This record gives sequence, C-alpha cells and structure tokens, in this order.
Amino acid sequence: MSELTLTLLRLGLLALLWLFIFSVVGVLRTDIYGTAVSRRGQRKALKQAAKQDSKAAPRRTPSPAAVGAGAAGAAAVTPEAPARKGRRGKGSPTTLVVTEGPLTGTSLPLRSGGILIGRNPECALVLDDDYASGRHCRIHPDPSGRDGWVVEDLGSTNGTFIGRDRLTGARPVEIGTTLRIGKTVLELRG
Amino acid sequence: MTTTVEPLTPRTRRGAELLLLILAIGIVLLAWVTTDLNRNGTVPANIIPIAGGFTALVLTVHLVLRWKAAYADPVLLPITTVLNGLGLVMIHRLDLARGKLGTDGDAYRQIIWTTLAVALAVAVLFVLRDHRLLRRYTYVTMAVGFVLLLLPLVPGIGRTINGSQIWISVGPLNFQPGEFAKIALAIFFAGYLVQTRDVLSLAGKKVLGFTFPRGRDLGPILVAWVLALLVLVFQKDLGSALLFFGLFVAMLYVATERVSWIAIGLMLFAAAVAFALSAFTHFQKRVDLWLDPFSPDNLERSNQLANGLWGMASGGLTGTGLGAGRPYLTSFAESDFIFPSLGEELGLFGSVAIIVLYLIFCERGIRTALGVRDGFGKLLAIGLAFSVAFQLFIVVGGVTRVIPLTGLTTPFMSLGGSSLLANWVIMALLLRISDQARRPMPEIPVGVAADEPAPAEVTQVVRLT
Repeated sequence: MSELTLTLLRLGLLALLWLFIFSVVGVLRTDIYGTAVSRRGQRKALKQAAKQDSKAAPRRTPSPAAVGAGAAGAAAVTPEAPARKGRRGKGSPTTLVVTEGPLTGTSLPLRSGGILIGRNPECALVLDDDYASGRHCRIHPDPSGRDGWVVEDLGSTNGTFIGRDRLTGARPVEIGTTLRIGKTVLELRG
Repeated sequence: MTTTVEPLTPRTRRGAELLLLILAIGIVLLAWVTTDLNRNGTVPANIIPIAGGFTALVLTVHLVLRWKAAYADPVLLPITTVLNGLGLVMIHRLDLARGKLGTDGDAYRQIIWTTLAVALAVAVLFVLRDHRLLRRYTYVTMAVGFVLLLLPLVPGIGRTINGSQIWISVGPLNFQPGEFAKIALAIFFAGYLVQTRDVLSLAGKKVLGFTFPRGRDLGPILVAWVLALLVLVFQKDLGSALLFFGLFVAMLYVATERVSWIAIGLMLFAAAVAFALSAFTHFQKRVDLWLDPFSPDNLERSNQLANGLWGMASGGLTGTGLGAGRPYLTSFAESDFIFPSLGEELGLFGSVAIIVLYLIFCERGIRTALGVRDGFGKLLAIGLAFSVAFQLFIVVGGVTRVIPLTGLTTPFMSLGGSSLLANWVIMALLLRISDQARRPMPEIPVGVAADEPAPAEVTQVVRLT
C-alpha cells in the first residue's frame, strides 16, 4: 500500500469525522421543539425603528399591550385595528394573556385541545405562583357545541375567580374576561 | 415586555437519524480498514461479517426507535455508534500490535459486550414505556445503588484488580457494579430531589448573599459525602468517589437553583481531599505523579502518564494514522488510556472531534431535560448527562494532566463490559426521556372539538355542579 493512499485515508477519516459532526449540528439546528418565547416588545421596537426610518408611518404606533387592551379600544387609531374590532364583535377569544403576577406579559394561543393552567410542569401555562394548584384550571372549547370557550376549575385549593365570584364547574368566557388565580391575573383577548 | 409562548411541534427526524447512522457506520468501517492497511497492508478478511454485524446491531436500535420511541432524539444513537465503533477499532488495533487475534483478542470480547449492551438498551426501550414509572422505585433504586456500590467489599465475591477493590467476580465474569450504581443513584437522586426540592431551596438562613440550607436538610448531602468517602477509603477508588459526589452536588444544584450547595459541596470536597492526602500514601503518589510525571523518580514508579503524554505529542495535529502509531507502549492503552491512544493516532483534530461528540451527546441530554415536562424527567436527564460529562472530564482530565489521574472508564470507548452496558442503558434512558420531551403535547379530547364525539366524554368533562 503506497504512502500516498495511507495519508489520504488518514486525512479522509478525519475529514469524515468532522463532516459527521457538522451534519449532526446541522440536524440540531433544525430540531427545534418545546416552546418558542418571542419578545414582542423587542420585535415591535425594531419595527418601530424601521418605520421611523422610512417616515412612512404615523409617529405613534400603539404599544403591544394597548393593541388588545379590551373594550376601550385605545388603539383604534392604527390601520390594523379595524380588523381586530370586527373580530371582537363575534366575541371569540384567541389568546390568553397574563396581566398581573410573576409572568406578566406572557401570552399563549388557545388550542382546540384545551390548555391546562397550574404549577405542574406539564401544564401549557406553568404558573410560578405559590397560591396556584398543580392542575388549577383548564380553558377549552365549549363542550355544548356553541362557538366559544369555557373555563373550568379543576378542584383547585384556592379557587379560580372571575371578578369576585369563585368558579364552580365550567363557565363560558369571552374577550375581556379576567381570571384571577392566586396572585396571577389572566385576560382573554381576541 | 410582552412575550408570546407558543408550542412548537418537532418532526420525528428518524430519517435524519438513519442518514447520520450510515455516515457513522462509514466512519467506523473506514477506521477499521485503515488500521489493517497500516498494520498488514491488506484489507482484513473478516471485514464483511464485522461490517454486517455492526450495521445490523445499530439498525436494530434504529428500527426499535421508529417503532417504540418515534420522537426520540435523532443524534444520540449516531454519536454513540461512532464513539463505540472508534473504541472497538482502537482495541482491535492494540490486539494486532500484541498478536492477540481472533477469539483471543480483546476486540472479540468487546464486540460481544457491545452486542449485549445493544440488547440491553433495546430491552430498556421495550420495557420502560414511560420514564416516570421509575419514580415509583425511588427508594428501591437507592437500596440497589448502595448494595451495588458496596458489593465489591463483600468477601468472597469482591476482587481487587490493579489496587482498587471495585470488582466482583461471579464464575468467569468480572464485573464492575459501580457503573450500574451510577444509574441507580441518578434515579434515586432525581426521585428524592423532585419531592424535597421546595424544602431544600426555600428554608434557610441567608449569609453573605447565599441562602444556606437548614441543618436537617443538609442530611442527604452529608450521607452522599460519607458514602463517597467510604468508597474512597475501602475501595481505593478515587474516580468513582468523585463521580458520585459530583453527581449529587450537581443534581442538588439543578433541583434547588441554590449556589450555596455548590459552595458546600466544594468545601466538603476540599475537606475530603485534605483527608485523603494525609491518610493515603496511594493518593499522595497520584498527586505527585500528576505534578511531575517526567521526574526520574516518578518515571521509575510509573511511566504510564508520561507515555500517554508523549504519545499524544507524537500524534501532532493530524495524528500518525490508525495503526501507524505506538499506543501499545502505554499500559492500559485500551481502557483508562484509550483517549491518549486515539489522540496519538488521530491527532489533535481527531481527539477534539471525539470530545465534541461527547459534548453534543451531553448537550442533547441537557436539552432533553429542558424540554421534558415533568420534574423527575428533568432531573434524571440532567443527572445522566452530567454523569457522562463528569466521567469524561475525570478520565480525559486525568490523562491530559488537568487533574490527578484516577481510574475510570471512558464512556462507550474503553474496554470493559460493565461500563459499556451501563452507558448504553444511560443512552436508552435518555432516548426514552427525549421521546417524551419531543412528543407533541397530547390533545385532550373535549366534546365536539375532539375527533371522536363521544357523549360520555362531554358529560365527564363539563362536571356542572
């Protein structure tokens, strides 16, 4: 066996080893799972900066919190607001937003399978709140077949509150409904 | 600041795994052929059965994954294949140098052990449908772990090999039960800490910005420390003692997020080292060898460390080529010193590649821990990944003179059945947990929204009072 072949084999093996590593990393790059947390504030700020650069947009774009801020319609000035307004009429919420408590600002979309809220890590929204139970409550589509969502307390220790009344069993919710769980306040938005 | 949390559903990526596996098998076979070409100038005659057997083994695991754990991590198996294969090639290469051929060779035994290890891993994947089942046996695994750890001290079956009493022999088989004790204790720590972490992390006094735990909560770490010391004293096995203690401190830290545990752990570790330095001549010797491996006195006592270092140095950047170096000059070149052996023949590029593969392996373990939804799974995945990483650090750190050399096996590579079996079980457990982590959240059927409109479901879910 010639010296050249052996050298080529030696270097080829090393090259192949590193090719393997890069393919593994390539697979990992596209292997994204779990939950994606994107900071809407940052995205908005970037967009805002871009808009200010082009000077095409009105100076005042609404802050993200104001966009969905419920019945007052503080954000109704922007072009995208009418669409939201139209949907609001039908009264079916699409997202759940934490407005008070340690997780303030977190939002997650409502899923047809229902979302579980509580301290247990398997919940869709894991509350970091000592007053919440492991499996505290669940928001799922109305089981009677009507369009809409209901919230159901799962026998929590400290209760789920809508306003001042403690929830017993399931109750329909609409846009603007606020739920209180321990120190956390959740709001349904369209 | 507004944040949006949305679940991302992964693909199973089994196809990508298959492609990586083919590449992995290609690397191992190329390495095997290169070795024989360098030693004998011919392609080995038995390459076909070896290639076929190895491929069959690995593809079995792949098919079992497709069947039983479709969402398991796609890169763990290919990485394990490369590491195990390169270990086999190096053992075969040392066999060639020592004239141990065919069924006399260490490589032959190692291939049989690999087959057994794969079978065990497949069995784990079959039997263990959900890693959370292990939590039921928290205290059983503790007992099993301690028994395994102390088994070599039992007169009659315990055996002392190379100065460490960490072996048991039953009939013709020599076995190192400590490797399995590692898994059992990781399961126990995970089950124990997931129950007690709130007490451990919340109660306690604050001193200098650290929250120190209460005296009674210190119990478990002290027990682990005493146990590690016992292993150290009676079995003279520094590596295992360090591994167990490190594993427990790391898991405590992950479970409680308290830096104070690391501070306490390091202090206890320092105390143990001070004690060992004054009490054991055997440990003093190791430290002495570590500090100055090239002094004439130390070379006379043991030239192992120095030989390993010279070997790696002679490998240079791209190595001498598999089969062309002289790793057989080092004693234990196929077990404790397999990393310098590979470093000599694959060079810096090759040895860094091996370390990167271990790095990705452990990163996937930690990623699994982040992704899985139950606390027990998180702690178990962290514990297993950490034990592999820490064991590698102890071994590679030892042979490269970062820390004093203590005998531990290189995961997946070293010659030795118990180590191979235990590490494949660790990989199977990580695959099982990652399957749970990557699997999309089960959609709970609710009334008409569900695919099956069963009226019973509706009444069950509504539960109106």
